[in-house]
Amino acid sequence: MNQFLVFVKKEWLHIWRDRRTLFILIWMPVVQILLYGFALTNEVKNSRIAIFDQSRDLSTQAISEKLAASRYFNLIKNVYSYKEIEATFRQGKIRLAVVFPNNFRNDLLHTNHAQIQLIADASDPNTANTLTNYASSIINDYQQSLTQNEELPYTIKTQVRMLYNPELKGAYNFVPGVMALVLMLVCAMMTSISIVREKEIGTMEVILVSPLKPFRIIIAKTIPYLIVSLLNIATILLLSVFVLDVPIVGSLLLLIGESILFTITALSLGILISNAAKTQQTAQFTSMMSLFLPTLLFSGFLFPVENMPIPLQVISNIVPAKWYYIIVKSVMIKGLGFSAIWKETLILVGMTAVLLGISIKNFKIRLS
Amino acid sequence: MVQNNKVITAKELTKKFGAFTAVDKISFEVQKGEIFGFLGANGAGKTTAMRMLCGLSLPSSGEATVAGYDVYKENELIKKNIGYMSQKFSLYEDLTIKENIRFYAGIYGLSDEKIKEKTELLVKELHLEGEEKTLVRALPLGWKQKLAFSIAIVHDPAIVFLDEPTGGVDPITRREFWTLIYEAAERGITIFVTTHYMDEAEYCNRVSIMVDGRIDALDSPANLMKTYSAGSMDEVFLQLARKASRSE
Repeated sequence: MNQFLVFVKKEWLHIWRDRRTLFILIWMPVVQILLYGFALTNEVKNSRIAIFDQSRDLSTQAISEKLAASRYFNLIKNVYSYKEIEATFRQGKIRLAVVFPNNFRNDLLHTNHAQIQLIADASDPNTANTLTNYASSIINDYQQSLTQNEELPYTIKTQVRMLYNPELKGAYNFVPGVMALVLMLVCAMMTSISIVREKEIGTMEVILVSPLKPFRIIIAKTIPYLIVSLLNIATILLLSVFVLDVPIVGSLLLLIGESILFTITALSLGILISNAAKTQQTAQFTSMMSLFLPTLLFSGFLFPVENMPIPLQVISNIVPAKWYYIIVKSVMIKGLGFSAIWKETLILVGMTAVLLGISIKNFKIRLS
Repeated sequence: MVQNNKVITAKELTKKFGAFTAVDKISFEVQKGEIFGFLGANGAGKTTAMRMLCGLSLPSSGEATVAGYDVYKENELIKKNIGYMSQKFSLYEDLTIKENIRFYAGIYGLSDEKIKEKTELLVKELHLEGEEKTLVRALPLGWKQKLAFSIAIVHDPAIVFLDEPTGGVDPITRREFWTLIYEAAERGITIFVTTHYMDEAEYCNRVSIMVDGRIDALDSPANLMKTYSAGSMDEVFLQLARKASRSE
């Protein structure tokens, strides 16, 4: 046992002495969370719009005020012709233009045929859709406010409930994603680099000649990164709860347990890569390409997997991060218990068992 | 558990990789306290042979014992009783001298008190008092080499394997290094060293020269020079190695 502890202590020293990498390891999740939380967002806010009001009556002004006051829109100018609208779009100054025809209020109150035209810059189709939806709903609000006291026939009132995330905060989506990414990076990549480094500097030979069993060598190499990962998870969760207002609805214990499981999955992947790589650069590159990138693309936090073509959806099934992401969302955001995620947990356990088996078997006693 | 003072015995030891025979039925013995030089050109099979003796790879056929233990069945016991110094000196540059000693002594199962004792001894022998907390990175090459050797034998093994231990070091430092080796041999530790430097071959008690996977010569340097009518081990080596058909 003492031999093993000596090894773990040495690994700690390595990490501790490499201040730069340590700095990155500890601060990376913080930076990521803050970046996603405050800087990068796929929520659409403060989009620039222009209004072409050919009526200038009470109704158009009321609607215009509502639009301008909305946090989604930023009214930057009023235009006075279609030509101007075209020019403003071409200059990229606006994403949406709202056009009121002549006699708007008249039409609205007397002929039931009032129209408003929404012109959107669809070179970014998602944003265009979102903006026209926002605008339409604001206009609908106004319409409802007019018919408050009247009972119109055949009206359907749709009541919308946004489950788990009523404020539609983007953070709810990416915190689980960031957790998966960070764990992959710290565990898999750093572990593989650490193992390959021993091969590169020639100390691996000596260690293999020693009475220390190869299995223990691997475990000793992974333990420090396990601990760093736990630290990272704690950091991310603290930041999420206290800075981003993303609560942990479900069991914290279950969340931590599943995270430890995923950490071990990532560690096994790191070991697998280290078996094949001969230099640290190869280890790093392979980790990036085969672990980090698929996690980014296929876990589901940036792009919904259900929208991908079937072959890619099938591929996404072998990306462990995808299952972890589902688990974290279920537990943290939806507050579900183990009974809801036992299937995904089983898949992760299976993947880990297979990976660990292969990588330990391959941990070549013969150096090549 | 060394029988008859033979620290290494090898009989028709062979290693094949598919159709390629890296080590071809070599047989030899090494006595306790001997300084045994294991020479050969690149690609001759030296490293492969040494790997089998260190327990890093299993032979394809033949027999061998190291420190009295069988290489097939008693691998674990062999590992406890040998030391190893690799070409790249096997020291961690980002750790201090003391930490390096502690690590290697620790993985060989030395107790904490023993480690403390050994550390003090080693530091004194190498005249490194006061430098325990220096990072190995800061040491000059010669010192690193001596430290690596001392660490390789910190657990007092029966035999220590040195894989080209003097690469890149100037002749004076090499001579100092060999002083350390002599001292260890006098203490009863058998030295098994591979080297390219033929003048070092002359420091050994006996020397074997591998060519194309076989041992083509095995004797003391003096006898070899007589047998091959050579003025130096260099010439002996050239005569033998020239016949080789394999090279790296």
